[in-house]
Amino acid sequence: MIATALTTVVLAVLAIGAALAAWQSRRWLAGRPAAVGVVAGLRALPGRYLVDVHHVVGRTPFNARFHALVAGGFLAAVVLLVAMGVAIAGSWAGSRIVWLLLAVVLAAMLAGALMVRHRRRVLRPRELSQGRFARLPLSLLGFSGCLLVVALDQSLGGVMPEALALILVAIAGLAMADLVWGVWKGPLKHAVHGALHLAFHPRPARFHDGRGRDTGLKPLPLAPSEDAGTVEPGTLGVERPVDFAWNRLLGFDACVQCGRCETACPAYAAGLPLNPKKLVQDLVVAMDAEASDAAYAGNPHPGRSVGKAHGGAALPLIGPDAMIHPDTLWSCTTCRACVQECPMMIEHVDAVVDLRRFQTLELGATPGKAAVMLEELRATDNPGGRALSRRWDWAADLSLPRLPAGGSCDTLLWVGDGAFDLRVQRSLRALVVLLRRAGVDFAVLGDDELDCGDVARRLGDEATFQSLATRNVATLNARRFTRIVTADPHVLHTLRNEYPAFGGSWTVVHHTALLLELITTGALTVTKPVGRSVTFHDPCYLGRYNGEIEAPRALLDAIGVERREMLRSGLRSSCCGGGGGAPLTDVSGERRIPDVRMEHVRETGASLVAVACPNCALMLEGVVGPRPEVAEIAELVLAATETAR
Amino acid sequence: MLDVAVLLSIGRHPVSGRARRAATDAQALEMALALRPRRLTAIHAGPPTDGEALRAYLGMGLERLTHLVLSEGADPVEPLIAHLRQFDPSLVLTGRQAEDGEGSGMLPYLIARGLDAAVVPDVVRIGPADAPNSIPGAADLVQALPRGQRRALTATGRFVATIHPSAPPARASAYGPARRGVIEPVAAQATADLFLSDCEHRPWRPKPKLMRVKRGGSALDRLKAATESKSGKGQLLVNPTAEAGALAIYDSLVEQGMLP
Repeated sequence: MIATALTTVVLAVLAIGAALAAWQSRRWLAGRPAAVGVVAGLRALPGRYLVDVHHVVGRTPFNARFHALVAGGFLAAVVLLVAMGVAIAGSWAGSRIVWLLLAVVLAAMLAGALMVRHRRRVLRPRELSQGRFARLPLSLLGFSGCLLVVALDQSLGGVMPEALALILVAIAGLAMADLVWGVWKGPLKHAVHGALHLAFHPRPARFHDGRGRDTGLKPLPLAPSEDAGTVEPGTLGVERPVDFAWNRLLGFDACVQCGRCETACPAYAAGLPLNPKKLVQDLVVAMDAEASDAAYAGNPHPGRSVGKAHGGAALPLIGPDAMIHPDTLWSCTTCRACVQECPMMIEHVDAVVDLRRFQTLELGATPGKAAVMLEELRATDNPGGRALSRRWDWAADLSLPRLPAGGSCDTLLWVGDGAFDLRVQRSLRALVVLLRRAGVDFAVLGDDELDCGDVARRLGDEATFQSLATRNVATLNARRFTRIVTADPHVLHTLRNEYPAFGGSWTVVHHTALLLELITTGALTVTKPVGRSVTFHDPCYLGRYNGEIEAPRALLDAIGVERREMLRSGLRSSCCGGGGGAPLTDVSGERRIPDVRMEHVRETGASLVAVACPNCALMLEGVVGPRPEVAEIAELVLAATETAR
Repeated sequence: MLDVAVLLSIGRHPVSGRARRAATDAQALEMALALRPRRLTAIHAGPPTDGEALRAYLGMGLERLTHLVLSEGADPVEPLIAHLRQFDPSLVLTGRQAEDGEGSGMLPYLIARGLDAAVVPDVVRIGPADAPNSIPGAADLVQALPRGQRRALTATGRFVATIHPSAPPARASAYGPARRGVIEPVAAQATADLFLSDCEHRPWRPKPKLMRVKRGGSALDRLKAATESKSGKGQLLVNPTAEAGALAIYDSLVEQGMLP
């Protein structure tokens, strides 16, 4: 009797949940078509969950444990209950063992539910959303607690009055209904949509079954498509929610509002009007026909109130009164800290760039100095509107060898647009002197080197980026060299990960890796160890975008610094604020992003912060003193390998 | 402002020399778009090779643009006047200054003479007249004068206005609308511009200023030295050899105490 009631309740609630999930799917299926390997994705799903998701979730062990207990216990209990429903038909004799088994998994779930309650009621991390999520511990406790009593009673032979047991089953059923209702618009949505998102992820190469990292932006087809009818001619980028591909919408819908992105976001930390969690939630609610953010119960975009944004699946997403304010969109530094932290594997930066593409390519609404810069870039192939020959003014006395078309050399040095800047010229000079000292056969492109298009692309100007990329690829393919060396991680990322789509494929090395190689092979000898306390600020485009966090540290150790680590370093480093065109769009917040980062540096007590990116050097040196000294890593290596005359 | 025509020329970037939208013409188009006229006619007159650079104007939100196709080196004034007469616009807007080729600063005046209209140069703002007793169709203008001064004007009837660089900046040109916009080529007959073909062309560069450092003296002396313009001093070298030029620069640096 009890078992029948229980399985009936469970099966009914599960059927309703499945129906709700199917009904919800029409929201994300409304997106644009996407090429997805359905079978391969579903086959890779368990592996991606157990390896990639666990890798992220495991960074906070307490959360990982309660999630394993609650989710594992819940799934096992549901499977057992369904199995019991099947077994009842055959009036199976071993049902008391099944009841006991059920009691064990429910006890595990109860323990997890108590941990959830402890986190939500006692610890109360400020990044967690309230609203629907506040009821979660109650539902989990109700389900696991009530059923545990029933299961224990049944495994002992049923001493409890049947009426009481039925009441407990009813309470558990209500709690489970609340959990399953969450498939609709609540905490449990992430279970269904997260699983589907893992299977149909827009970047399958980022998982361990792919290359393990996939950070390059995908080219936007600019020419009107050949097969007319599939793509509406004209619109570039994303204006409305339905302009996203369906699996991207599915990804946003997987968001469980855990707030890890919020704690990692440099713009949020500096009080710029961007909260990545709210941004994704804005996209989620905008999938409804009549949407408003009034039900959102997490932290807002700093400085902006909640409840005034309105939108819909077929309405523009960006606008002063739309779901997302333009300032929010242009606050992002594309540092990928949110993507790195997201346990649901959501690609925030891709969404930001797609939205920016529409703003820039269709509306010309790039804010501030960014539009001026893009116009100069189109006219002169460098963001400052200067003559390309002036890129080499700083090296007038160095007589750098130029690599003409058809020529060959071992190492091609790509100096980047930092060469127009006095500060960056200092570190470039240091690098050139080091290359000379180590006897490296290197050359530069001279006036044929154009801007790599990194900033234009992050600002959404795909047309200018593609124009620059095709010309740079042609320039490089007309020359022979073993490798490209650059001191700019943005160039490194663009050349290494984004130019292959335009026919360029070379070995691209960051100067920290090259200098380490020169020191380990003995081409450079450390004569004067630095001997100062130094902390290393990881550039986002070197660390998170390319996974290179070891070489700079090994290099610093090799030149004899006392290395200290910031709380946020390596792949979880915090951005300097210089990426993604953020210094050009210049959205104001409570503080400046580099000031926040300099706080992190001060906390280590180091007297010097080593940087490996021209943008980081400029942003961190812009922090008012007194502050730790900022030095490019090549400058430190130069000082450490000085030879006596 | 019911009927507006904008004359758009091809600009040239001062550093790269690449064709682009001309700065003040783009501001003229910006002003025309902001006026929300009943009819907006955008016209360019020039050789057929100008087509691609004109797309930058379409990217500002212009749906179509008339291109009076002329042969290379032809004078655009007559075809423009003939074309404008067909439309009879109440206001013709254009930039105050061309960046290259045929659209010289004289063009607005020649057009105005041809249309029998007034010219208002260096306009920074145009709006419908808001005085209660103003004539219907009159427009309030703000004109830029040297040293940042402004003059308010009221214009009636048809007139040609040229736009000053301190007018509101032109909106950015977007790739999508630029790609979709329509350029309507109209064949036009014109005579060759003999004056321009006789002229020597060379890139503009600012007049170099002689740098001098004054030491000592009272504050008043130093202020005078810094503010008064002096000419006739210094050494003029015409086509010097590299060595002679370098020596002169070196001597000057020593004289000013910048080198030991």
